[in-house]
Amino acid sequence: MKRLAVDPQITGAAAAADKTTLGFWIYLMTDCLLFASLFATYAVLRHNTFGGGSPAQLFSLPYVLTETIILLVSSLTTGLAILAVERREVRSIIGWLTVTFVLGVSFLTLELNEFFKLVHDGNSWQRSGFLSAFFTLVGTHGLHITIGLIWLVVLVVYCLKRGLSPMVVRRLKLLSLFWHFLDVVWIFIFSIVYLLGVSS
Amino acid sequence: MIIAIPTGVKVFNWLFTMYRGRIRLTSPMLWFLGFVGLFSVGGVAGVVMALPAADFQLHNSLFLVAHFHTMIVGGVLFGFFAGLTYWFPKIFGFTLNERLGKCAFWCWMVGFLLAFIPLYILGFLGATRRIDHYSAALGWQWLFIVAAGGAALVCAGLGFQILQLIVSIYRRNNNRDKTGDAWEARTLEWSTPSPAPIYNFAVVPVVTDRDQYWVTKLNHKAVPKIMYEDIAVPKNSSLAVAIAAGAFTTGFSIIWHIWWLALVGVIAVVVIIIVRSIDDETERIITASDVRNMELSRREELRRLAS
Repeated sequence: MKRLAVDPQITGAAAAADKTTLGFWIYLMTDCLLFASLFATYAVLRHNTFGGGSPAQLFSLPYVLTETIILLVSSLTTGLAILAVERREVRSIIGWLTVTFVLGVSFLTLELNEFFKLVHDGNSWQRSGFLSAFFTLVGTHGLHITIGLIWLVVLVVYCLKRGLSPMVVRRLKLLSLFWHFLDVVWIFIFSIVYLLGVSS
Repeated sequence: MIIAIPTGVKVFNWLFTMYRGRIRLTSPMLWFLGFVGLFSVGGVAGVVMALPAADFQLHNSLFLVAHFHTMIVGGVLFGFFAGLTYWFPKIFGFTLNERLGKCAFWCWMVGFLLAFIPLYILGFLGATRRIDHYSAALGWQWLFIVAAGGAALVCAGLGFQILQLIVSIYRRNNNRDKTGDAWEARTLEWSTPSPAPIYNFAVVPVVTDRDQYWVTKLNHKAVPKIMYEDIAVPKNSSLAVAIAAGAFTTGFSIIWHIWWLALVGVIAVVVIIIVRSIDDETERIITASDVRNMELSRREELRRLAS
């Protein structure tokens, strides 16, 4: 009797990696839905400033452009780290991940600084519908970046302690997927929230 | 309508699961039939409220209350009871008492209708929800009394269910599921022993027909020579409970504005997830010989129970 082609009880590292990667892509797509609904909320509430500051008055394009460039470069350095993973060069991997970490922390510092400044000037999330939507959307992205940074630190520790086990390689690749995904989301935030906000 | 039409299609799906079947009115089947009937009634009431003109009258009335209770009790709870009664032997290895189960069902079904049909009528008459007094001249009282009687009957049904559980556990040796096929079913989970072993299927079944297990039983097919293989199962881990405890702490303290505790909860969850990630191997292998031994000892136990 012939067995079916797909055996659900297949074992081994290859099958596990496939399953994990697929699962992670599904997670990323659900995250897409999350951000899509936050973008939709922002688009609806964008003009509801309740007499408070509008996007054009509150945002500074040069400042946000700096944030954007830092995040884009961090995506590049993640890519370089993954190239190093392919060549199995641990020192190079850790070097590029460290650069990514520094860039990520810089981005987060700039973003939090912007948040603190807004809140300090009386433009907190309680000021208007527009600002509620803004803080939720951009803050959710910032929270993802924070989680990514914690993940990155954990993986660097694994690299140092265990070297490049299949598990570490798999997780490094997932981290890079996650990081590039956050980069893409930021492009949308930059365009829709900041560029469109300042131009209108 | 976006909800009602697809759900209406689902009702036909459920009905057609019985098409050309041999229907026996066992207690899970009764719960299922009650579920489909009440779910349809409640769904139609929902369509009524989707009409703005009707909703103007029915909004926040007892009609609405009756509608969503029909959905939640008739739709969710009855379906849940059907599934629980049906798969109880597969989970625990013995069946629930049928007679008490049927008593419970009929009390629930009749009691539910008595309790909520008056509420539909009262809603039409203008009774709003969370009403604290009404004029005796309205003539609503007898409807409320009927509804209270229905509620008492539902209570009796609940009592029968608790009694059913106690009696069934007490007499579990008399109603053991010795064959693993408590209902003469057609789906493959009933081909495994009850309660199901940790690896579920010792050998992945070969499926050539839609109702594979039924076909196998009809044809009295000779059991093919069993080739046991290693089976990978997830390892047990207590960390999931710890993560849940951390998440609960976080949610609880956010609700009550205890910010320091919320922070503790979040940090606990993050740390536990990192601890979990240290474990490289989250699966363990049950070797083919272990599977064989477990299957044989299980069969031996069943033979002993049967004699």
